[in-house]
Amino acid sequence: MVDTLLKVEHLNKAYGTKQVLHDINFSVTPGSVTVLLGPSGSGKSTLIRCLNGLEEFQSGQLSFEDQPIKPTPKTWQQLRQKIGMVFQSYDLFPNLTVIDNILLGPLKVQKRSKTEALKQATQLLKEVDLTDYADAFPRQLSGGQKQRIAIVRALALNPEFMLFDEVTASLDPEMVRGVLEVMLNLAKRKMTMLVVTHEMNFAQQIADNVLFLEDGAILEKTQGKQFFTHPQTDRAREFLDSMAF
Amino acid sequence: MAHSGINILFEGRNLTRLLGGLWISAKIAFIAIVLGILLGIILGMLRTLKNPLLRVILRLYLEFFRIVPTVVLLFLFYYILPQNFHINLNAEVVATLVFTLWVAAEMSDIVRSGLISVPRHQVDAGKAIGLTTPQLYRYVLLPQSIQLMIPATINLTTRVIKTTSLLLLISVMDVINVGQQIIEANNQHYQNGAFWIYGFIFILYFILCYPLSVWARHIERKEKLRNNG
Repeated sequence: MVDTLLKVEHLNKAYGTKQVLHDINFSVTPGSVTVLLGPSGSGKSTLIRCLNGLEEFQSGQLSFEDQPIKPTPKTWQQLRQKIGMVFQSYDLFPNLTVIDNILLGPLKVQKRSKTEALKQATQLLKEVDLTDYADAFPRQLSGGQKQRIAIVRALALNPEFMLFDEVTASLDPEMVRGVLEVMLNLAKRKMTMLVVTHEMNFAQQIADNVLFLEDGAILEKTQGKQFFTHPQTDRAREFLDSMAF
Repeated sequence: MAHSGINILFEGRNLTRLLGGLWISAKIAFIAIVLGILLGIILGMLRTLKNPLLRVILRLYLEFFRIVPTVVLLFLFYYILPQNFHINLNAEVVATLVFTLWVAAEMSDIVRSGLISVPRHQVDAGKAIGLTTPQLYRYVLLPQSIQLMIPATINLTTRVIKTTSLLLLISVMDVINVGQQIIEANNQHYQNGAFWIYGFIFILYFILCYPLSVWARHIERKEKLRNNG
């Protein structure tokens, strides 16, 4: 097993002349949960989107399993089967049923057998308590249900790394718990995860490492949970206070 | 009244000839629509890719076929191809070719605007599960935009059928051309032949186009209901 699953070195990104990510460096060890915190507009989403090629960047080197990533569409298309991503707005495909949403990747991208993929999908649906919704269309589901399906859709590809981009931010408060529980379960099973969230209690509960981002730069990089009790910078302390944490 | 004008339709082989003319018009329209739609879907997809050169070329193609009146296009292909390129095609083939290229151009714009109306997030979600670009179009973008494309496509179909009435200008034996011949040949006997013949042609075109128009409206209404739901 590799020591570092993902390594980010000197990542810089700009939109036109506006620099949005400044010299980002960090690495993610297998089986760990990294939480990415920071105020709105600090570049969290942009950073996480760079990690599976949904955003291009100007300079810097990403490596996955010690292999440098050559940022071409082809490389990313291959890598995305190993790096799953869940979005704030769920983004299930409205033209497909729940089960077809889940099976699209395994069948068409990974060309796996229907029997085997279906068996896995059924098992995953059971784990998120949505067995009965296999044949429903996304529009028939609540936000929380959609988000759990979106997580299953990403997991169905058997990824080694999962990116979560503010996945509870558009949910009603009572829907949030179910989604967070699914993520906690994943963490327990040693899924490597990078999580952008504003749920501070959840963040503290799940984090093995914390990255605190402001204005596109990493201000704090903390092992364990001490970020929440002993933030190093004033800015991080202010941020925690403002989150009423 | 010695004879009623309507009998002009039943003199000799007039009715068969008119229906034969209609068949020619319908056949040209049908082939052009099928081929044009297929070609248009491909061109429409290409127009949403990021290649700037391809975009400019396809845009110019669209504008050319949209701006130049169909009559001019027909003349251009009918007279200029043989004269300057020594390609001799019969009038029906020229008509089918022009109409196909026209439908493809218009269709490419319908497809393009349908595709770009699919939310950006859907593209991200598709990429995130590893779909290749063709798979993204096949399973996500096209199925989601097809509903939006159908009404405009049916309207295009209606326009194509109507525009076949220009085919007589390049001497295709279409229904209008046949009708005119009948009117002229029977000028002595039937002074108001034009009324009956053109009236009949009106009904024929109406029968071809009206169901399409109803269908388009029906789908548009259903789409509105679906979006409200």
